[in-house]
Order: sequence, then C-alpha cells, then structure tokens
Amino acid sequence: MASRNISVSETSRPKLPRHTKLKFDETRQVWVILAPERVLAPDEIAVEVLQLCDGVRSVAAMVDQLAEKYAAPREAIATDVVAMLQDLADKGFLTEARESTA
Amino acid sequence: MSDTLADNKMTPPGPNAAPSDGLAVLESHRSAAETHGIPLAVLLEVTHRCPLQCPYCSNPVELDRGSTELTSDEWKKVLSELAELGVLQVHFSGGEPTARKDIVELVQHASDVGLYSNLITSAVLLTKDKLSALADAGLSHVQISFQGNEPSVADRVAGLKDAHKKKLEVAKWTRELDMPLTVNAVMHRQNLHQLSDIIQMAVDLDADRLEVANVQYYGWALKNRAALMPTIEQIEETSRIVEEAQVRLKGTLAIDYVVPDYYALRPKKCMGGWGRQFFNISPAGKVLPCHAAESITGLEFESVRSNHSIAWIWQNSEAFNRYRGTGWMPEPCKSCEFREVDYGGCRCQAFALTGDAGNTDPACALSPRHEEIFKQAERESAGTQNRFLYRNFAGGTLESDKPQDNPNGA
Repeated sequence: MASRNISVSETSRPKLPRHTKLKFDETRQVWVILAPERVLAPDEIAVEVLQLCDGVRSVAAMVDQLAEKYAAPREAIATDVVAMLQDLADKGFLTEARESTA
Repeated sequence: MSDTLADNKMTPPGPNAAPSDGLAVLESHRSAAETHGIPLAVLLEVTHRCPLQCPYCSNPVELDRGSTELTSDEWKKVLSELAELGVLQVHFSGGEPTARKDIVELVQHASDVGLYSNLITSAVLLTKDKLSALADAGLSHVQISFQGNEPSVADRVAGLKDAHKKKLEVAKWTRELDMPLTVNAVMHRQNLHQLSDIIQMAVDLDADRLEVANVQYYGWALKNRAALMPTIEQIEETSRIVEEAQVRLKGTLAIDYVVPDYYALRPKKCMGGWGRQFFNISPAGKVLPCHAAESITGLEFESVRSNHSIAWIWQNSEAFNRYRGTGWMPEPCKSCEFREVDYGGCRCQAFALTGDAGNTDPACALSPRHEEIFKQAERESAGTQNRFLYRNFAGGTLESDKPQDNPNGA
C-alpha cells in the first residue's frame, strides 16, 4: 500500500492518491479537494501545481514549466513548490508514483 | 507568485478539523449569520438496523423500522438530487449501512453522479468481497467504530460477541484495498482507561485518522448517562493523553478530539449552528437539521417523499427555520457576545434537559440550569451504576447481572 510519509524533492513524481480528488465545484465556482470527510479549497496556484501532479512528471519538470510560464527565478519557484507539495503530502493529499518493479 | 506559493494555505483545518472544515473556507467571504449555502457534505442514515447495541448510540430512541426505509430507487433519487444541489460528499451511515443489501449499488450511484463517498460502519457485517466491491464502486474512505482496544470491554459495550475481532480484520482489509481508514473511538467512563492503547491500536492498524469522541448525552446516551459519564479527572487525563499523542504522532496519525460538553467551558457549536451547514436524511427519508432532531417533539420534519425538493426543505421548511441564525434566541443567548460562535449550543440537549428546545443549552455556564445539571452529572460520574441499557428496537434492554452471558447479537 502507498506510503503516507513521502519526502518531496525535485526527483519526486507525486500524484494524488485514489481517495483524494481535485474537482471543479460548479455550484460554488471554485476548485476543491475532496478527501476523507473533508472539503478543502486550494488557491489558484495550488490548483495549477496539483494539476501537474500526474505521477509521471517530476517536481523538477514542474518547476521548469512554472518558472518559464511565470518568468520567475527557478530557485525561488523550486523552494515554494517543494514546500507546498510537502505540506500537501504531510496532510495525506499526495503520494508518490510507485516504481513499476513488481 | 513565489511569495504566495510558500505560504499558500490549502485551508487551515486546525487541530480539531470538523468534517465540515472546508465550509468555513468556502463561506469565509460571507458574514456568519448571513446565509446558509447548501452543505458540502450530507449524512445519510440509510437504515437504523444494526447488529450492535451500543448504549450511547446516536440514533433516536424511537428507531425507524426496516419497513419504513427508503427504497433503493428513492435513495438513488436522493443522491442525484444532492449532487445537483452542489453537495460534494456523502457519509453512508446508520444504524449499520451495510445491513442494507443494496449498499454497493448506492455507493456506485453516488460515484456515478459525482459524489465522494465515506462509509461509517461498525464493520461487523462486512466480508472482504463486499468491501472490495464497495471500493470498486468508488468508495473513498472507511470509518470504523471501535468500542475499546480489546474484546472484553469492546464486545460488552457493543453487546455483540466477537465484534472487536471482526473490526480488526475489516480494518486490515481496508488498508489492503488502499482505502484510507479512520478509527472512531467513542469514549466514556468505562473505556477511557484504554485510551492510550486505542491510540496505539489505530497506529498499528495504519489508520490515517483517529476520532476520540466523548459521548454526547442525548437519546440512548442520556438514558445511560449514569453508566457512561466520565469523571472530571478522567477527562483531564484524556486531554493530556490526546495532546501528547497529537504531537508525537504528527504526520502518522491525525487525532480529532471531541470533549464531552458537560465539562467544556462553553457549549458546542452543535451541527455548526442549526440549519447552517448540515443536514442528514433519516432511514425513512426525513430531512433533519441534526441526527437527534426527531427527539424534539412538536417539530414537524419534511420528508424526501413529500412533494418538496430537498433544496426547498433546507431553505424554507419550518423545522429548519425555527432555530436558524440568532433571531429565535432568548436571553442569555440573545445579548451574548458568543451567540454567533456557538449559536446557543445544542437544541436537542436543551430540549432533553429543560423541556424546551428554545432554551439555552444547559452545557453553557450562562444557562440557569447549568449548575444543577453539571452537579448531577458529576455525582453520576462518581457513582457505581455501570449497567448498560442496550439500544434496540424494543426501547432498550437492561444488561444482565452476568455480563459474560449478555452479548447476544441481534
């Protein structure tokens, strides 16, 4: 089963676990994260980053993409993205793509 | 961007995140008293049937019989309607929700209409195949109630032999199926000594979350208050154990803690305020502001079987509007600075203890009845009356003198 205590680095390839769903709430016109008995409202940037968490893309690749899009220094983006993803992971909303060694 | 990203806050769920914690965020731009948007999550009590007989059951003393339950098609219609209204999550609860033969079908329908499903279960009726079928139907989370950390206390409280063993087994299957697990531990005088072991049990079961929920005293629990009420010393010890564990297990196990409101300084913000952010649907289809609301006599609750939509019932029905907001409040609530903090506490408790649901909840120190009720509870907690009145459809059965003969299933 998926480990819940992942440590996020630039080589991580995080994804949302099966029980965490990122969804656009049509009624309230806002993105929400659905998790066990909880509904959370991520801000726009968190949504953008979470949409990149497909279990294939590495954090480094996400950072490159965001740095380019926002024409911002890569280092600053990297620090922020890793911190945000670690926070999400600690709350159980992210997991690591499993190695296909089985 | 970089400035906002690092301190991006998904939400501040806080240490005592309630199931509705997202609501505060989603409604944060509105004033507390202004509106009552449709709830994010709805509790579906799909049946009152249950093989357990817990003496603190949150179901009403007058249980809905199986013959009155909504049919599969009626529940599916409810689920579709909820999704359309903007409800995001449903909690399949009971009674024991898996006592319904159509539970997989209902979970599948919830998934089909885009609802996130939680199962709140005693676990004792589940097989591995059934749990697997529920997972395949889209179930996202399982919450299992535990009555203790070992069978002698747990099976006695549940009134069912081998219940504890079965729960442990189902908890393991839940994790094997990669579903998140919440352990729900209802605490009272006769099991609080096991709290540390229950916390360890939750860790060993690889649970994500543990709810340490002190019994709330209405309905069945009020009938059993003398056997369940913890002492103030027990509560102090409990708070100490929980706080220590919350720090020690950060990142491993989230612990939500509900104190018994008799010993709290202020009344609880029951249901987040009557008709503000919560409703549940009873087995027979009544739309209720709280799962104990039917204990309040004199209030008429509308059913999904009526000609009204759920949205209409939520917004316009007499029962939801009676205690909504602050306009109904008498003194001392009316002029109280906390009136939008706790909304006067719990209507069901006010009714049960004072005979009028419109009174201030006696759990509040400002209630004229507070002292008297608190003193009575304190006396009861020090007493030796440990026999349970077990919950059942016959109005309750008193535990026999020989507890080992008692657990009998149902």
